[in-house]
Amino acid sequence: MVPVKYMLLIYSNPESWASLSAEQRDGLTRAHETLSRELTEQGLLVSAAGLADPITTRTVQVRDDTTMTTDGPYAEAKEHLAGFYLVECDNIDQAIGYAARMPDAEYVAVEVRPVMDMSGLEM
Amino acid sequence: MRETAEFELLLREQAPQVLSALVRHYGHFDLAEEAVQEALLAAAQQWPVEGLPDNPRGWLIRVGSRRLTDLLRSESARRRREENAAQLAAPEEFVASGPEIDEPGGQDDTLTLLFLCCHPALSPASQIALTLRAVGGLTTAQIAAAFLVPEATMAQRISRAKRSIKQAGSSFELPPEAERDERMGAVLHVLYLIFNEGYTASSGTSLHSAELTTEAIRLVRGVRKLLPDDGEVAGLLALMLLTDARRPARTGPEGSLIPLAEQDRSKWNKAAIVEGEALVSEALSRTQLGPYQVQAAIAAVHDTAERAEDTDWRQIVALYDVLEQLVDNPMVKLNHAVAVAMAVGPKEGLAVLEPLESDDRLTSHHRLDAVRAHLLEMSGDLAGARDSYLLAARRTTSMPERNYLQSKAERLG
Repeated sequence: MVPVKYMLLIYSNPESWASLSAEQRDGLTRAHETLSRELTEQGLLVSAAGLADPITTRTVQVRDDTTMTTDGPYAEAKEHLAGFYLVECDNIDQAIGYAARMPDAEYVAVEVRPVMDMSGLEM
Repeated sequence: MRETAEFELLLREQAPQVLSALVRHYGHFDLAEEAVQEALLAAAQQWPVEGLPDNPRGWLIRVGSRRLTDLLRSESARRRREENAAQLAAPEEFVASGPEIDEPGGQDDTLTLLFLCCHPALSPASQIALTLRAVGGLTTAQIAAAFLVPEATMAQRISRAKRSIKQAGSSFELPPEAERDERMGAVLHVLYLIFNEGYTASSGTSLHSAELTTEAIRLVRGVRKLLPDDGEVAGLLALMLLTDARRPARTGPEGSLIPLAEQDRSKWNKAAIVEGEALVSEALSRTQLGPYQVQAAIAAVHDTAERAEDTDWRQIVALYDVLEQLVDNPMVKLNHAVAVAMAVGPKEGLAVLEPLESDDRLTSHHRLDAVRAHLLEMSGDLAGARDSYLLAARRTTSMPERNYLQSKAERLG
């Protein structure tokens, strides 16, 4: 059917990143360059970005109209969100195929999540 | 404003003819398509100021030809005049022969163009984008806005589609007779997808998408002029009209979904219903039966019921029986189950649903959960209905559907 947008969420953790060799880090960069070039050429890439280290993250919470910020990510997990691709695919299998080409899937994991849209059919 | 819109429509109606004329004369579908876009843009800027030229199509062909020769010239420079040297040696000659290509192309040209844009080498997304641009005359920016992607993404998709067609070695000719039916099926499917994309968009949030229904109807009307005896073309047009007739009533404030049974039928577009019903009745009596005609007939039964409770569900069940003979689609079976529940009873509807529970094509599909929920609610199993509504709400990727299903579950306590 009509293409659907998928968010590919790349997870990383400090240990896995630190344990990479220089070659592996280069390989990672190359793999992402190739993938985003291919997705761009195919007219499927909506947006993509890498995210800065969680050390730079600020978490915002509003309670009783008061804004509080804390350092670091909200979720207390070893893994953090390291980047994302927003792509249009014909189906989820195509999106899974792209996720599987990211070396990050080998090191930690990549989540594939359908993006909600505003269209709907009356029941 | 109104004048601008009129100019735009006039321009866009010329788009496929101008493109066909250029492609027939020069070849190079990809570059010709680009040249036509630029000619349309030039016209959109000049005509409202300088007035309509005596021969709008001639004007567009002339400007398009000039632009195309420029493009061909730079293309040939890029290729160091190795390829196509003979053809491009004196592009001025082609411009000089301008009046000759003012001749409108054959009536089949728009059809040929549609077949090309819906080429089997392309993905549905590319077929849709290329059709809207080359046949519909929409700009890349307009198409990108309708599908909520960046303009650059849409531009890439369109130029890649044109490259794929080139690589497939397609010429600007109608497909061979043996392939005609299958290729026509692809064309109608693309027009149906364009319509659906616009129809399912909730009002307010995606205004641009809603215009796609108008565009799809305009394109199918064009095809019908060329193929007045094709029952499926008539059926598709009827289906679009009968479905679009309900658009003013299908959404509430904030784009919430209003189910068919609860819609304010006085808001339905009567003229569209009359036209759609006449079209499908005529097609059913005169031409070979096909799935679009049957779907249109089902829509007509809904649209001609004064009140929801007047709906002739037995006739709808009979039509779904026919439709299932024509297409193997689990969504059709789901709707069939609902119709049986309405015509006979929820127990019988659930029996139709039973085999679908193990259909791989519906695994984890929210529509299956939503229909089960509806039928369980009808049968009085409120707890079961609630669970299924909640599951459907979690599984859909549509915001309005999720809200609707969630509130259905909440109403059951």
